Amino acid sequence: MQPIQLAWIDYTILLAYVAFVIGIGWMLSRYMKTSADFLTSARSIPTWVTGLAFISANLGALELVGMAASGAKYGISTAHFYWVGAIPAMIFLAVFMMPFYYGSKARSVPEYLKMRFDERVRALNSIAFAVMTIFASGISMNALAKLLNQLLGWNYNAALFICSGVVLLYVLKGGLTSAIYTEVLQFFMIVLGFAPVVYLGLKDVGGWHAMNSSLQTVATNPAALYLKEAGVTYAPDAWMSAWKPVLAGPANNPMGVDWFAMIFGLGFVLSFGYWCTNFLVVQRAMAAKNMTAARNTPLVAAVPKMFFPFLVIVPGMIAAALCTLPDKNYRIPPPILSAAAYASALDAVKAASPSDSAAAVQAVGAALGKPVAADKIASLVAANAATPLSDEQIRKGLYNSIAENDYDSVILSLVKKYCPAGLLGLALTALLASFMSGMAGNVTAFNTVFTYDLYQAYFAKGKSDHHYFLAGKVVTVVGIALSILAAYFASMYNNCMDIIQLVFGFVNAPLFATFLLGMFWKRTTATGAFLGLFGGIGSSALFHAMTLAQGNAPGVKGGYLSVVHVFPSEMAQNFWLASFAFTACFVLTLVISLTTARTKSDAELKGLVYSLTPKIKSDALPFFLQPGVVGVVLLIACVILNVLFW
Amino acid sequence: MGLDIRWPIGLMFTLIGALLTVFGALNRSGSLSLDININLIWGVILLAFGVLMLAGAVRGGKKPPTA
Repeated sequence: MQPIQLAWIDYTILLAYVAFVIGIGWMLSRYMKTSADFLTSARSIPTWVTGLAFISANLGALELVGMAASGAKYGISTAHFYWVGAIPAMIFLAVFMMPFYYGSKARSVPEYLKMRFDERVRALNSIAFAVMTIFASGISMNALAKLLNQLLGWNYNAALFICSGVVLLYVLKGGLTSAIYTEVLQFFMIVLGFAPVVYLGLKDVGGWHAMNSSLQTVATNPAALYLKEAGVTYAPDAWMSAWKPVLAGPANNPMGVDWFAMIFGLGFVLSFGYWCTNFLVVQRAMAAKNMTAARNTPLVAAVPKMFFPFLVIVPGMIAAALCTLPDKNYRIPPPILSAAAYASALDAVKAASPSDSAAAVQAVGAALGKPVAADKIASLVAANAATPLSDEQIRKGLYNSIAENDYDSVILSLVKKYCPAGLLGLALTALLASFMSGMAGNVTAFNTVFTYDLYQAYFAKGKSDHHYFLAGKVVTVVGIALSILAAYFASMYNNCMDIIQLVFGFVNAPLFATFLLGMFWKRTTATGAFLGLFGGIGSSALFHAMTLAQGNAPGVKGGYLSVVHVFPSEMAQNFWLASFAFTACFVLTLVISLTTARTKSDAELKGLVYSLTPKIKSDALPFFLQPGVVGVVLLIACVILNVLFW
Repeated sequence: MGLDIRWPIGLMFTLIGALLTVFGALNRSGSLSLDININLIWGVILLAFGVLMLAGAVRGGKKPPTA
């Protein structure tokens, strides 16, 4: 793809947005008087605001880019991350878990763990969380700066520093409140910025039904789009039906997963683990003004979240469908190659003889350094030999013959295809907004955990509140500086980042078992929780070391001890790993708790454990607004969506 | 906190919406996508959304944060 050129109007929209988010930080700065104002918003924010921030903090640029990528690769099944994963977990958080988080007056998730168990569990969780948020924010910053560099021609360093500078400014001024308020603005920016792209894309493929029939062509021959190896074929509905292909078994759906891994691994372990225990999102609900508002936060969030697949996954499906329509002149972008690679491939095409197409294919492939489609190169060479083509035509032919897709460029390739100047600025601003909301989410969660759970708990006990207020500000600056370092680290050592993300997986997968037992079984002991968590982490590492996904070599991707089992896809391996780690942590915690003595009495656990906490009476609320009732209604809506796309 | 977030959201989308609408109306040829003037159409939608948010803020009875 040629770099996208921005016009003055695009820059104006971008600048207006930046001015508004910084302005919000400025407006809020005068309300920042105590560390609680800065780090926890002093529990003062209305529900609809925390609800939208709840989704926005999770909707980083990586999610936006990644969901469109998966939409092209796997089709509507990607929506399981929402309809099986996020929504039920969010409802569970609202109805069952929020009373303990909010009611316990804990300022963070690690602090809750300290109240429920002891310092060891808190230290383990807060250190892991702090390291994780920094790297998560670094990885996403690196991805964004790279994208802006490749597609807009912006300088990588400038993109990195300007974007994080803006986030620093408004978070430092207005703390968590500022992050939450701007997340709401960013939410609308993302929705209103991408909606026209989806609309135009759908119109272009001929509407929903026409897209579905194009996707049948994709499913029966995915190799034509370089989606799968030659010879792989699926039932015609594999891209547009969410459940049938999954129920038919791993060989019959492009994700390569089975129904158990999907429901238990993704739906239960991974999603509940993320949405119910990750402080990044839970913090938004904890900032709500009262218990009802806190419980309603994830419920308010669930409504738009349910329909997000149409905004973020459908673009990927549109892209795949477009590829089957020759007159649309579109393909999923190949990996970005240097001009020099194209130039030498161009020479190879000109020098090739049409009678020896095998040699031509080899020469062009070597020049590009990528696998190429033999038939396309052969016809390109033949066409050029018949009547010499222009360099531009040959370059276009080469672009179309690279047999590899860069799925992460899908969303921007559609933006580029459909957005004239003006709308283009809006869509790019939406992308930047998603990046900033994700980063601000990470930074505000990091500074709270670091200040309260590490600094105050272990380094500087009993200082004045002003001391922690300042510490929170310093930690914010340090957090952003560390994220920038992590971004450079990510850009230099791609492999190390894979390993780090892997380690996060090991740490996160078992965590939900600890919470589940801790909140709903008063007999769970601190030692049981601590050792169970360690055992869970260890067993997930072991599981990974002994399994592999089809097509991967033993190493970073697993199987480095020995290969006991081979999964049909990496996704299946991840889902099963999570299921295994959860079960190991659950059983270990249970057994160790039964063999160790309780250290906390029933009275101490009041407000922290389900059976010891008086049920909340929200009599003031009408029947249909009770969190339990709203949760059931949302769950029914979610089931209906699953059935509609069965 | 003393800031009603509907003010900045409303102001920003009113501004960007107005900008896109005017740009789309004046620069028809440069605003076409699939033969529709998408800047004009979407500008109007953003403008309407912005005004709606401002109306909500006014009805909410909060004064602008600067006042």
